[in-house]
Amino acid sequence: MYAQMVKSTGKGVQSRDDMSPEDKAFQDRIDRGEKIEPKDYMPEAYRKTLIRQIGQHAHSEIVGQLPEGNWITRAPTLERKANLLAKVQDEAGHGLYLYCAAETLGVSRDELVEMLHSERMKYSSIFNYPTLTWADMGAVGWLVDGAAIMNQVPLQRTSYGPYARAMVRICKEESFHQRQGYHIMIKMAKEGTADQKRMAQDALNRFWYPALMMFGPSDKDSVHSAQSMAWKIKINTNDELRQKFVDETVPQAEFLGLTIPDENLRWNDETGHYEFSEPDWSEFFEVISGNGPCNAERLSTRRKAWDDGAWVREAMLAHARKSQKRSQAAE
Amino acid sequence: MTHENEWPLWEVFIRGQHGMSHRHVGSLHAADAEHAIRNARDVYTRRNEGVSIWVVEAKEITASNPSDKGPLFDPARDKVYRHPTFYDIPKEVGKM
Repeated sequence: MYAQMVKSTGKGVQSRDDMSPEDKAFQDRIDRGEKIEPKDYMPEAYRKTLIRQIGQHAHSEIVGQLPEGNWITRAPTLERKANLLAKVQDEAGHGLYLYCAAETLGVSRDELVEMLHSERMKYSSIFNYPTLTWADMGAVGWLVDGAAIMNQVPLQRTSYGPYARAMVRICKEESFHQRQGYHIMIKMAKEGTADQKRMAQDALNRFWYPALMMFGPSDKDSVHSAQSMAWKIKINTNDELRQKFVDETVPQAEFLGLTIPDENLRWNDETGHYEFSEPDWSEFFEVISGNGPCNAERLSTRRKAWDDGAWVREAMLAHARKSQKRSQAAE
Repeated sequence: MTHENEWPLWEVFIRGQHGMSHRHVGSLHAADAEHAIRNARDVYTRRNEGVSIWVVEAKEITASNPSDKGPLFDPARDKVYRHPTFYDIPKEVGKM
């Protein structure tokens, strides 16, 4: 999940008795399945929670370019390089769709970027892990994009119109990402040399638990999630999505001849689901609060890109203003 | 915080195929119109989604107010006689 632990009101679901007439009418619209559009009435808490959620989602797409960008120049073939470049470009596009959706809620792009850089807004924990070998490109596409899809498909039905529409576009494009990753894994794990198989298994070993963490800790008792679900900006619980991800991914690993690094993993005939070990949540809390292996590097790369690009942004604007003045003078 | 140096926001409309009308696909930031078209090409047509792009600065768009929804659109609701199915034509007449 690209948005983890998004805070809402912190007070649980607001009861109807506590709602103003406007808020009641708003909740009725959501319950009827209507989409909320930018100029429509919305409670301030809904607006603020959405900015946090969409902003975090957008930041994840942008920061998410970095672990894969790391391998563009070192892709093993020209075809793989073109594939990876296209995928990373898509992530940039997804970030832009989402920033625009957030901006319809009254926050500016610069404010969002600034909040990321000053660590007042988060991005997904997963992008704070390093990508050490080419097999990691396979594991990231397969597992990270796979987990992201799990989360994003239901969000196409989210109550906020611009967010839902951005998700439709993103989901359409995202399935190529997962498939290209799995394709790399097939090449290495099924058709590769012994060394390549080892690399593929090693990548799975390192990314399995961080991928499970993407869904966030169990939120069955979370007051934030309950309110977000009432607003339909969150559709499933974290545990539901994590289970779905495990159920779909285990057979894919079996096909590759790879072993999921979990001794407790087993199929439960009664529930019709896999049983699996929880990731180490203390690691998750460390990573999300800034102490993961790559947090500092990711943020400094983003800040540097933003600062180094400042003169381009200013020059483009100065040029546009000058040409506008010139054309006005000519009229 | 002021953001006077932020590129303005543009709304992007794409004609998906010949013969179709342009459709709103999203928005983006750009310094001027030409720049907006270039960005729109990169952001919104990476998979052959378009044959033509329109951009318009978001502040130039006038939108109807959501609270006017009733007076604007309700009057059309009860005019069923504007639809062909309102009129019963005997079967013998054939297709019409």
